[in-house]
Amino acid sequence: MDYIIEMNGITKKFPGVIANDHITLQLKKGEIHALLGENGAGKSTLMSVLFGLYQPESGVILKEGNAVKINGPNDATRLGIGMVHQHFKLVHNFTVLENIVLGVETVKHGLLSMEEAREKVVALSRTYGLEIDPDAPVSDITVGMQQRTEILKMLYRENEILIFDEPTAVLTPQEIAELMKIMKNLKEQGKSILFITHKLNEILAVADRCTVLRKGKGVGTIEVAGATKEGLSEMMVGRKVSLEMAKSDIDPGAVVLDVRELTVKNKITGKNLVCNVSFSVREGEIVCVAGIDGNGQSELVYALTGLLRAENGQVFLRGKDITRATVRERGNRGMAHIPEDRHKHGLVLDYSIAYNMVLQHYFEPAFQRHGFINYGAVYAYAAGLIEKYDVRCGQGVKTAARSMSGGNQQKAIIAREAEREHKLLVAVQPTRGLDVGAIEYIHERLLEERGKGKGILLISLELEEVFSISDRILVIYEGQIVADLDPKSVTYQELGLYMAGSKRKEGAS
Amino acid sequence: MSTVYFLVQQTMFFSIPLLIVALGGMFSERGGVVNIALEGIMVFGAFAGIVMIDAVQSAGIAINGQLLLLLAILTAAATGVLVSLAHAYASIHMKADQVISGTAINMLAPAFAIFVGRVINTRGTQQVRFEDWFHLEKVPVLGSIPVLGDMLFTNAYITTYLGFFILIAAWALLYKTKFGLRLRACGDHPQAADSAGISVYKMRYAGVMLSGVLAGIGGLVFVIPTSREFNATVSGYGFLALAVLIFGQWKPLRILAAAFFFGLLKAVAAGSSGLPLLKDIALPSYFYKMMPFIMTLIVLAFTSRKSQAPRAAGIPYDKGVR
Repeated sequence: MDYIIEMNGITKKFPGVIANDHITLQLKKGEIHALLGENGAGKSTLMSVLFGLYQPESGVILKEGNAVKINGPNDATRLGIGMVHQHFKLVHNFTVLENIVLGVETVKHGLLSMEEAREKVVALSRTYGLEIDPDAPVSDITVGMQQRTEILKMLYRENEILIFDEPTAVLTPQEIAELMKIMKNLKEQGKSILFITHKLNEILAVADRCTVLRKGKGVGTIEVAGATKEGLSEMMVGRKVSLEMAKSDIDPGAVVLDVRELTVKNKITGKNLVCNVSFSVREGEIVCVAGIDGNGQSELVYALTGLLRAENGQVFLRGKDITRATVRERGNRGMAHIPEDRHKHGLVLDYSIAYNMVLQHYFEPAFQRHGFINYGAVYAYAAGLIEKYDVRCGQGVKTAARSMSGGNQQKAIIAREAEREHKLLVAVQPTRGLDVGAIEYIHERLLEERGKGKGILLISLELEEVFSISDRILVIYEGQIVADLDPKSVTYQELGLYMAGSKRKEGAS
Repeated sequence: MSTVYFLVQQTMFFSIPLLIVALGGMFSERGGVVNIALEGIMVFGAFAGIVMIDAVQSAGIAINGQLLLLLAILTAAATGVLVSLAHAYASIHMKADQVISGTAINMLAPAFAIFVGRVINTRGTQQVRFEDWFHLEKVPVLGSIPVLGDMLFTNAYITTYLGFFILIAAWALLYKTKFGLRLRACGDHPQAADSAGISVYKMRYAGVMLSGVLAGIGGLVFVIPTSREFNATVSGYGFLALAVLIFGQWKPLRILAAAFFFGLLKAVAAGSSGLPLLKDIALPSYFYKMMPFIMTLIVLAFTSRKSQAPRAAGIPYDKGVR
């Protein structure tokens, strides 16, 4: 067979874990090959080995049948291997053109000569339909254009094998469709593509073949034609996963959270980050705020949860004005919060899991004795939660939060928040960075909360999540709520247009 | 008019060292290494340069004054590089806290200069004296240009012209060469540079060494026009240069403007008793001497908000963290 790259029996160990255990991956010339797996399955490690960032303990890499040694990105580039990293590697105050030529500059008389480079870049962008503005600073361009810049970086270096590491995580549906077109176009021009993802739709849409990894081992490689979402997810997780959430109809009850004309300003620039936003959440209702990252979602949540002071407007929790209340007052009034950044706002990473479980309660009489913390009670309480929510932690209640996996850290936060007395749950990207199994678990918990009559405000960037569990969708764009939609009567494409700001509902605030 | 000429000439003496040292700091920080050791490197550079001048002069060697100055400048630059290598090794290779390593050099420098000064000095004091063979009464031809000639080409030192030359060279190096592009990438997004096949460590070493060259020269250039002896100090000029660097937003031309701003304040302070307008106001001279430092506080308080500091400055680069 004419494989352009073969990775045979790759094994890479880290202290305590085998990240890749005799994995074999074969990439045909001119195909789009998806690499599917949960977080921690070893996809990134395998690609880092191919890109020369790690050296495998055993196994060989063949380029067109010849064994090669890849010691670093420079070797990879020489072999024609390029990579678009999940977090773009672009210098924010450089222009698009400067970013593309960085490292392979053309020089005349000791000075940079950008004209040749510009011509080549413009020609490439025409050939592959990658629209860019070569002279725009990267900090001013859209995420989509940043990604096109990254792709042009690879093409400029005349790479033949292109690795895309979770390229769609930061894109709108329209941009994703555009990217899929670009990838097919690249394939037609003879490039071979490795596409790392955990989104099944995208694999079905563009990939020719798919290699599945689970817990560091290769599960198998299949032809995508004829594969189904259910089949792929079962291969990935190792058991049947329900992709559709069974959701009962619930009549929403009384208003729990009422937000009126809330405005949050950036303290330094004075720009409105959240602008005149009004909405409400009722009991037994999941209201989802959908939008592209950075459109004011974080600031909206900070203002609701008391981490940031609102410039204007009011927030009512169960009828009481809490606009100026402290975080603790909000909690006592019935607000639970699953924060966006579980490391920054969710957990004290160097504390044990037990201390983390009582972060909001340690002062209550149940955990106090003569002014000191009653550790017996704390440990007993934490052990109960660990048991109930199936939080996996090596050393029980004394496990350091830092040492736990992302999924289990998130479970711990959910356990803590769901167990405290609350009427409203603010959940910000609760499934961010988690794999299918953990996502399913968290969605089940959220629906359970809904069943108990709690109001839930969900902030999400994942459209699938938005559609599968929410009762109402509020679209946020540049700090404003531009639409209030019913998930049953709106399509992905339509939602995408609202999110990108090219559509806006009449009468929306 | 002669007052204006005097003020411009004095401003040059104070501004040029600030300019040179701040440009040095710029190369270090644009490459991603905070260099608060500028003060210490200046002391080392000035000490080595002055000792060299003193040695030649006391040995009675007849040599052209300007040539001697150039040799002293080379000595100062070489010393600066050596000292900066210590900072580079600690902060790049050993991933040490860059502020601590810089502070260590700042504390070592005056102590070293006093100790060695006393050891080598026949008089047993730390002051190293030198004779001024370098003063230019009037530059031929250029000094005869009306106005401009009086301002810049009389009562001057070649160090002034060296300063402007360094400015142009620094600007071109930073913005017009491959080296500059790569250095800036290392200071703002070292991971991006690394994935483009650039050695972040090498570039950062280069940046810090350039700052050593310029800070070493700056130390000497500060002492020569304003004093006849070196007393193990550069009067906080290294720190003022850091302020100039920040006020100048890490950009060469703005650094020039900032250096002139502080240099002018210094010149006013130094000449307050001789300037007709200020003499009439009769404020205590300490007031004028405070001005550069008070202005530093005020200016930085207002400009640091929209600071354009290189994003990765001060953070040791670790390949493992991606």
